[in-house]
Amino acid sequence: MKTATEGSQAIAQAVTMCRPQVVAAYPITPQTHIVERIAKLVADGQAACEMVSVESEFSAASVVLGAAAAGSRAYTATASQGVLLMSEVLYNIAGLRLPLVLTCANRAVGAPINIWNDHQDSMAVRDAGWVQIYCTDNQDAVDTTIQAFRVAERLELPVMVCVDGFILTHLFEAIDLPTQAEVDGFLPPYRFSRALDPASPRTLGTLVTPAYFAETRHALDAAHGRALGEIAGAADAWSAISGRESAGPLRVVGDEQARIGVLTLGSVFGTLLEARDEMPELGPLRLMALRVFRPFPVEALKAACAGLSDLVVLERALSPGGGAIVGTEVRAALSEMATPPRVHAFAAGLGGRDIPLSLLPRLVAAAGAETPTRFAIIDVDLDKLAPEDR
Amino acid sequence: MIEVRIHGRGGQGNVVAAYLLAAAVIRGGYHAQAFPAFGAERRGAPVVAFVRCRERPILRRSAVERPNFAIVQDPALLRLDATLAGLRDDGALLLNAGREAAWNGTSAAARWVGLPATAIAEETIGRPIPNTPLLAAFLTLTGLVPLDALTAVIDERFDAAKAAANRRAVAEAAARVDEGAWADLIHEKQADRVRETTGQGR
Repeated sequence: MKTATEGSQAIAQAVTMCRPQVVAAYPITPQTHIVERIAKLVADGQAACEMVSVESEFSAASVVLGAAAAGSRAYTATASQGVLLMSEVLYNIAGLRLPLVLTCANRAVGAPINIWNDHQDSMAVRDAGWVQIYCTDNQDAVDTTIQAFRVAERLELPVMVCVDGFILTHLFEAIDLPTQAEVDGFLPPYRFSRALDPASPRTLGTLVTPAYFAETRHALDAAHGRALGEIAGAADAWSAISGRESAGPLRVVGDEQARIGVLTLGSVFGTLLEARDEMPELGPLRLMALRVFRPFPVEALKAACAGLSDLVVLERALSPGGGAIVGTEVRAALSEMATPPRVHAFAAGLGGRDIPLSLLPRLVAAAGAETPTRFAIIDVDLDKLAPEDR
Repeated sequence: MIEVRIHGRGGQGNVVAAYLLAAAVIRGGYHAQAFPAFGAERRGAPVVAFVRCRERPILRRSAVERPNFAIVQDPALLRLDATLAGLRDDGALLLNAGREAAWNGTSAAARWVGLPATAIAEETIGRPIPNTPLLAAFLTLTGLVPLDALTAVIDERFDAAKAAANRRAVAEAAARVDEGAWADLIHEKQADRVRETTGQGR
């Protein structure tokens, strides 16, 4: 049944339908509406969970870490500097192999302070060991949130569901919300094999010497290796219930004959799809949304790029001094192909700058460049900068 | 695509107006989206929200640059260039021309209608919240969706007393404007109508 609602309200509804036992969060724009709504559902008696208001994101992450370790299904949400303040705990959660779900309402990271959307926050914790899924729209956010708990609990890995701040969190549109029975049928009660229990004492997170540390890292990486299959399985199982298409790690739309592809993450995918529909003169194109960024879906990406001469990677973050983050990974992955496409890497939409439909023809034009762009930020107004920074 | 930009001040229910309008047009069979212009909101500051609607699903998540319609909740906002910037030449302006000084009508928009929405709200709701009277006038002028769609979403959003007061505001505002005067500006109507409804409230 479709309900006209704001993205944050829908995500909050989806979270409570997953019956978390503990939610801990600290409010930060643009995540606020999600946790406000969960708090209200709890206060109104419509969600039976412990809602813990904490004094910082560090504490929010620590509370859900403890809750998950004690065998509770737990959830938190944050954004921007909040992700960074959590970062130490995020590494601990993944290292301890605790199943948790976190919504990142993607926002730029200061300084300068900026409340608007880009992906710098979640990219900053790319290597923390969390699964990262970038949602293309609010229906995707609802469906992915529900699947995330199952993926997390089956793999004993934390899952970060990345949702574009404001652009999706504050967007009001019609969304198909599942029924409680549908979610209950999909998501069994949480049972944690290593739950802390005074009746059977054990230690979690003890000192690990050089003799074992590399093995823990290997295990974490190996769990990510299994995650793609688990994510696909969850997507198929949820698709059977929801009736919606099963979302793979990489959403590919477009022409099999296309020679030019554009790969992006998050909500800009819809904008590019509409631009393609409105501009048939651009010729055949293959558009891709990289939904699952961790684990990185190398094989799916290679398959999706078969036959392409050029791939433009458009991302909403960068590694200063290094250039593209996603673009560099894509380039590395595709180098395994016999005839890889040339990769042109761009960042756009930083700190909330709009990405209009008119960007697509420019990306297509960039794909025809004699020399591929290793990395560039689109539309930087150099006149605003000191001469040495131009 | 029909794009509407709603201007107001923090505390006037500007975002609520956009959400109500989107909910009403979805109920009326369109696909729609609404979103605020995101900023550091505070009471009294100029704020903006947007509504898009059309027959087909809307996939774009980009900003509205060239709205077909502007709804302005406070006439003093016309002093800001941004208030009418980008409004289409073949678009129209709906202005809360309450007790403030009358607007002289100079705009890129060829057509405009003034409504004493604050006065209507004070009489019917008892508070100077002009958003629902303006939405009622907008739907009456354009015929985009029946007024029933708006009253239905009002009933869903507000408690019984507030809903009843807002219904009175809607009826009063609708009676003050020419029904269908802007119907020619709604090009989407001629396209295939989406029969899918949201199922809300059923």
